[in-house]
Amino acid sequence: GGKMAARLSGGENRLVSLPLSRIRVIMKSSPEVSSINQDALFLTAKATELFVQYLATYSYKHGRGKEKNALTYSDLSHTAEECETFQFLADILPKKILASKYLKMLEKEKRDGEVGEDDEEDEEEEDEDET
Amino acid sequence: MAERPEDLNLPNAVITRIIKEALPDGVNISKEARSAISRAASVFVLYATSCANNFAVKGKRKTLNAGDVLSAMEEMEFQRFVAPLKESLEVYRREQKGKKEARKDKDKKADSEEQDKSREEENDDDDERMEEEEQNDEEEVDN
Repeated sequence: GGKMAARLSGGENRLVSLPLSRIRVIMKSSPEVSSINQDALFLTAKATELFVQYLATYSYKHGRGKEKNALTYSDLSHTAEECETFQFLADILPKKILASKYLKMLEKEKRDGEVGEDDEEDEEEEDEDET
Repeated sequence: MAERPEDLNLPNAVITRIIKEALPDGVNISKEARSAISRAASVFVLYATSCANNFAVKGKRKTLNAGDVLSAMEEMEFQRFVAPLKESLEVYRREQKGKKEARKDKDKKADSEEQDKSREEENDDDDERMEEEEQNDEEEVDN
């Protein structure tokens, strides 16, 4: 039938675009998870799509606006740092700094003694873990 | 099952499409941004799974169910997703029901037709139907 063909070929007509099998692989990589029912798998895939949309639009809107007609990495890392909802992404979307600045940071850490494993994270970063 | 790094990534083409459809026309997405969003999405799945699993454990269940995922969304401060997710779930459940009934009626004929038209994404659906049959015992009716 014509409708069936449209459903299969049109990306926008599908209920979910992300492949459930791939989502399942990622979910199962968590050792504590035993099994996942079909509805939960679908919901996770759908939620991930909503998340991608949300992250993209939010970052575009609130980005520092370095480029008006583009979404850049810097917009995303800015969002991860500034928006509480996206803070869980801060580690994987670190801010970029100049190499010279980074070297200075390392030197300072050495002078102050062993600070620990923190390398990319600023000491100036405020810890607001209280919720 | 050994996971190579790429196994935990989501397909670039699909991620790009989702981003493009969300943003206004004509907005470019740098390769770096696209790759970052893809990684973020994978992290999101892991975070959501871990969170949902906590709810399953609380409920003394070994199988993650829909309710666990929805609770996880609220916990993660993505309450805005809950209503659209519930709606989509209704449609999905109806579709799955329809697929099952179609299979019962047509059986072999429907399968061979669908396999001809199948693309990569649809093959996942075929796999899922088989999984679904396995999971039916575990599937919880009440969420």
